[in-house]
Amino acid sequence: MLHLLTSFDYHTFMIMLSGDYGIVAEKVLKATWETIYMIFIATGLSYILGLPLGIILVITEKGHIAENLFLNRILAFLVNTVRSIPFIIFLILIIPLTRMIVGTSIGTTASIVPLTLAAIPFVARLVETSLKEIEWGLVEAALSMGATNWQIITKVLIPEALPSITLGIAITTINLIGYSAMAGIVGGGGLGTLAYYYGYQRYDNLILWTTVIVLIFMVQGVQTLGDKATAKLNEKRR
Amino acid sequence: MIEIKNLTKIYTTPHQQVLALDNVSLTVNKGEIFGIIGLSGAGKSTLIRCINMLEKPTSGTIIVDGEDMTLLSKDELRLARQKIGMIFQHFNLLSSRTVFDNVMFPLEIAKVPRKEAKKRVAELLELVGLKDKARAYPSQLSGGQKQRVGIARALANDPKILLSDEATSALDPETTRSILKLLKDINRQLNITILLITHDMNVIKQICDRVAVIDKARIVEIGDVLTIFSNPATPTSRSFLDSIIKSEVPEDLLHLAQNNKESSRLVRISFIGSSAGEPIISTMIKKFDIKANILYGNIDRVKDIPFGNLILEIMGEPVIIKEALDFLKDNGLEIEVLKNAPSSN
Ligand SMILES: Nc1ncnc2c1ncn2[C@@H]1O[C@H](COP(=O)(O)OP(=O)(O)OP(=O)(O)O)[C@@H](O)[C@H]1O
Ligand SMILES: [Mg+2]
Repeated sequence: MLHLLTSFDYHTFMIMLSGDYGIVAEKVLKATWETIYMIFIATGLSYILGLPLGIILVITEKGHIAENLFLNRILAFLVNTVRSIPFIIFLILIIPLTRMIVGTSIGTTASIVPLTLAAIPFVARLVETSLKEIEWGLVEAALSMGATNWQIITKVLIPEALPSITLGIAITTINLIGYSAMAGIVGGGGLGTLAYYYGYQRYDNLILWTTVIVLIFMVQGVQTLGDKATAKLNEKRR
Repeated sequence: MIEIKNLTKIYTTPHQQVLALDNVSLTVNKGEIFGIIGLSGAGKSTLIRCINMLEKPTSGTIIVDGEDMTLLSKDELRLARQKIGMIFQHFNLLSSRTVFDNVMFPLEIAKVPRKEAKKRVAELLELVGLKDKARAYPSQLSGGQKQRVGIARALANDPKILLSDEATSALDPETTRSILKLLKDINRQLNITILLITHDMNVIKQICDRVAVIDKARIVEIGDVLTIFSNPATPTSRSFLDSIIKSEVPEDLLHLAQNNKESSRLVRISFIGSSAGEPIISTMIKKFDIKANILYGNIDRVKDIPFGNLILEIMGEPVIIKEALDFLKDNGLEIEVLKNAPSSN
């Protein structure tokens, strides 16, 4: 560690002297931008698909508004299956599918496919947990007023669980940042690829450490944002 | 207004079957406040929830305003539910909405045009006295205020019936009184039939016209509140009454009765109505050659009619005591001889 730090300082110093720093910054900036792009799209897509899936998992449960144990068990099985495959293996497993959808299995756009698919079941479970925190009495009150299932979902379940769902989005995003780095190792682009090729294969400590620092800031930033948004939503509710 | 016939509800859980309602029949008339009282687990919630089909009856029929609720399709049931308001022990307000929007909620469900709905919400908040809290969130309200919102919400779609599941059980006595008063006002002003369940006899006493006592899935007694208060026919009813009026004879008095001399009786006199009670007793004392000693008594009111009981020690010749007691009975008082002096009977 000490050695790394020393070498880091030295290297930085040298590069700054030699004017190479601008090139490093450009590379890191480009990779950061790629990562943000991947994460943003993958989080968005995984919520577009995972949110409904989570809702269905909840409302098809026994005694809930759209009880359907058959569907519930099938979906739960699928969700568990995908979640039990380590991401790095999942990534390789679905390469054919990625090729089919994007045309290639390399690059940032191609990474979005495995990232999204892996995040969907994760999102579904997070949403499920959020929805289950809602007191059943609220659903019952809505039922007693003659609400339709759609009204219960849109006017009770989602609004009531929104602070918790928001926090879930932050968790998902952070998870996807980690996943995206793994995808980077197999050519997914972004900070992962940068760190792997320059940092690991070429022992470029400056790039390696810059990447780490950028990732740390990214994760902290997302978490802070999520906490703030949740606090804002909870402000008057509690 | 509500007609329940042979309602049976059995809950089936993986381990056992629970008979929650056993062949219950009950009629609630239009415009009355009907109370159902029972101990925990007696089946009260199950009964009230069967009325709007939150719980599906195992067998039996439930007719609300001429419609058999058990035969309705899903869509018909939703429309029917819009006309049955319900309030809850834990209020069940949406934390994500302001007071105003909470009351708006059932109007959104019924797809009432926004402008009309807003006007209605304003009226309702006025009615329950929460106009100044329209922009507040439920978390910023007291329990009593929350229940007022619950009541406003339940009334939004002009229901004919209001169901109340322990609506005051989470509130202190003072707040309970004010909520009950509000319910009574609503009942009178809007002519809404109210069916409420409670385990608190005070609630029944304060606002109900009729009451049913439910015990272990069955209705054991049903009738006018005054009748049941003055003359409970079952031990369950009596024990509920004991919770608010002490009709038990204090221990030391029973002692006194045992140590009694020959020519005395310890009697309990239950009376009801304003003409009853003390005037008759003083007449009796004047009319018969006896002495009477009031050892204990209490008086309560149900719907402004006093009722209660007195424990009297009556001393005199046994024959005359008997005559005196007959006199009381002839005047409509309930007499119970607690302990006789050893020699008689
Ligand atoms: N969903 C359920 N599944 C199984 N058993 C149930 C269910 N709901 C109620 N029961 C049982 O039915 C019986 C009646 O319950 P109910 O809730 O109607 O009682 P209650 O009179 O409202 O009691 P409390 O005053 O405690 O609210 C109880 O024995 C209860 O355990
Ligand atoms: Mg109950």
